[in-house]
Amino acid sequence: MTRLGKRQLGWAAAILIFLAALALLPLAVGRDDVLNFVFLILLSITLAESWNIVAGYAGQVNLGHAAFFGLGALVARTLWIGGTPIVLAMAAGAGVATALALLIGVAAFRLRGAYFAIGTLALGEISRTTVGNVLSDISTLPTATISAYRLSHRYYLALALAAVSVAAVAALAASRVGLGMQAIREDEDAAAASGVGALGLKLTALALSTGLAGLAGGLFAYYHISYYPSHPFSPHWTFDALLMTFIGGVGTLHGPVLGAVLYVFLKEYLALRWVDFHLLIFGALFIAIVLLLPGGLVQAAERARRLLAR
Amino acid sequence: MILAQQLLLGLLIGGIYGLAAAGLSLVFGVLKVLNVAHGELIMLGGYGAFWAVALLGIDPFASLLLVLPLSLLLGLALYWALFGFVVRADEETRVKNSLLIGFGLALALHALAVRLWTADERSIITPYGGAVISVGDLSIPVVRLLSLALAFALIGGLHLLLTHWRWGQAIRATADDWQAALLTGIDVRRAYLLAFAIGTGLAGAAGTLVSIGYSISPSIGLEWTLKALIVVVLAGLGSMIGTFVGGLFLGLAEAASAAAFGGPYREVVGLVIFVVVLVLRPRGLFGR
Repeated sequence: MTRLGKRQLGWAAAILIFLAALALLPLAVGRDDVLNFVFLILLSITLAESWNIVAGYAGQVNLGHAAFFGLGALVARTLWIGGTPIVLAMAAGAGVATALALLIGVAAFRLRGAYFAIGTLALGEISRTTVGNVLSDISTLPTATISAYRLSHRYYLALALAAVSVAAVAALAASRVGLGMQAIREDEDAAAASGVGALGLKLTALALSTGLAGLAGGLFAYYHISYYPSHPFSPHWTFDALLMTFIGGVGTLHGPVLGAVLYVFLKEYLALRWVDFHLLIFGALFIAIVLLLPGGLVQAAERARRLLAR
Repeated sequence: MILAQQLLLGLLIGGIYGLAAAGLSLVFGVLKVLNVAHGELIMLGGYGAFWAVALLGIDPFASLLLVLPLSLLLGLALYWALFGFVVRADEETRVKNSLLIGFGLALALHALAVRLWTADERSIITPYGGAVISVGDLSIPVVRLLSLALAFALIGGLHLLLTHWRWGQAIRATADDWQAALLTGIDVRRAYLLAFAIGTGLAGAAGTLVSIGYSISPSIGLEWTLKALIVVVLAGLGSMIGTFVGGLFLGLAEAASAAAFGGPYREVVGLVIFVVVLVLRPRGLFGR
């Protein structure tokens, strides 16, 4: 263990104070709209960071991410309504999502680059259509559960999950495993030639990523009072994660967090004024970032800092 | 007999699948760029025809004469504004960046269509829309039969263009080996531009046929992109006639699975074929 520099200590303190402030928020602010808003940000952070692991670090653009979010929601919701404590139900949902991901991953990772992306997109659509056909009825919480509904419980769970996701990505980025993943992202053949077990690492990334997505899905199932079972399988969950991650900075720790905050802010703000207009703006912003600023906001901040330091 | 009727309808829509895939195949084969907003371009073409019919009162099939050139222009504009930048990168980055840009474009076009035309489902009503030709126990809707014929004519025209026109040959040479094409003095960038514009034109034409015989809404983009991708994976690159046959095959397969497992599963069969083919041939049937 190396000695922590002053800078790292400062950061750690700032993060702790920030987390404490977020934890005290439900006590300080009694307004549900504020809590709902922060809840959405926290859920989005978890979703974006989970996608960032497989796409940002391991470089495998998974366009079927919603399938694992949806599966986590489906399993957790069913078990929870059946009487299982929510944390256990969410863990089970994450477990099922991860197990399926590993099963699919062995075949899907035969595909490289864009072929992996469109293959997983098709898999996601297969799962959405199938779930929509088999479970076509809307899922609503029982009345007893609704009357006992506490938003603050959802909020704390979301806060814990977002913190765990960010911490997991931080730990991963600093680890040997994470470095191996980044080597695969840069050049899979070269990484394999220098002794990196590509398939194993890609599966590890997929398992971590889909496990967190499954937990996020479980949180969604715990939060929403009624929705169609196929809704969490909708590709827009994947696309949201992709947008937030790229706008913030793909393959970085804080990029998806920044992206999620900006995305939810703009989405809520713009949606109030112009329905659906936010997607037009995000589409254009996204294209601009891919073409001009592949590193997202994080890269922009880095450039600005260098300019100022001159 | 019901099965035969369902298969017939599958075959009729299959022609449009083929046309939808032809544009994507051309763009992917020549530019090595995967435009996932292809379905949104089809959607825009459909609305273009819808507007032409609603505002100008012309015959829906005649609206092709308007939609096709406008789509070509849209293709030129998109190439200059976006995809022209993508083709400067090496092939690996090219495919990935085009995927991302197409995705952003799809999002923006979808939002734009909702603003312009609302999220409602629309289709063009023709005076002869209900007409059918009866052959034995089968009834063939005239509009869809015409659409199939037009789709075939357009694909045939494209085939002739690619084999006989000077620039068509340049496009095929670029698709085969752009470096060799460059060495023989072909303006590769011009070939890219033309191929992209023609691909967009074909998407517009496909959209017109979709809005006449079927229905359009701002959210059909992803569905049509996937259909086109499935056909491209099935038929491979290089032959437009082959792509058309692949479209017919997908239409038949969908109809057969709808008959066997029920209507809601008709989308699944194509996707399953797609995933299986991809996993068995990991570089895709695209790969040469």
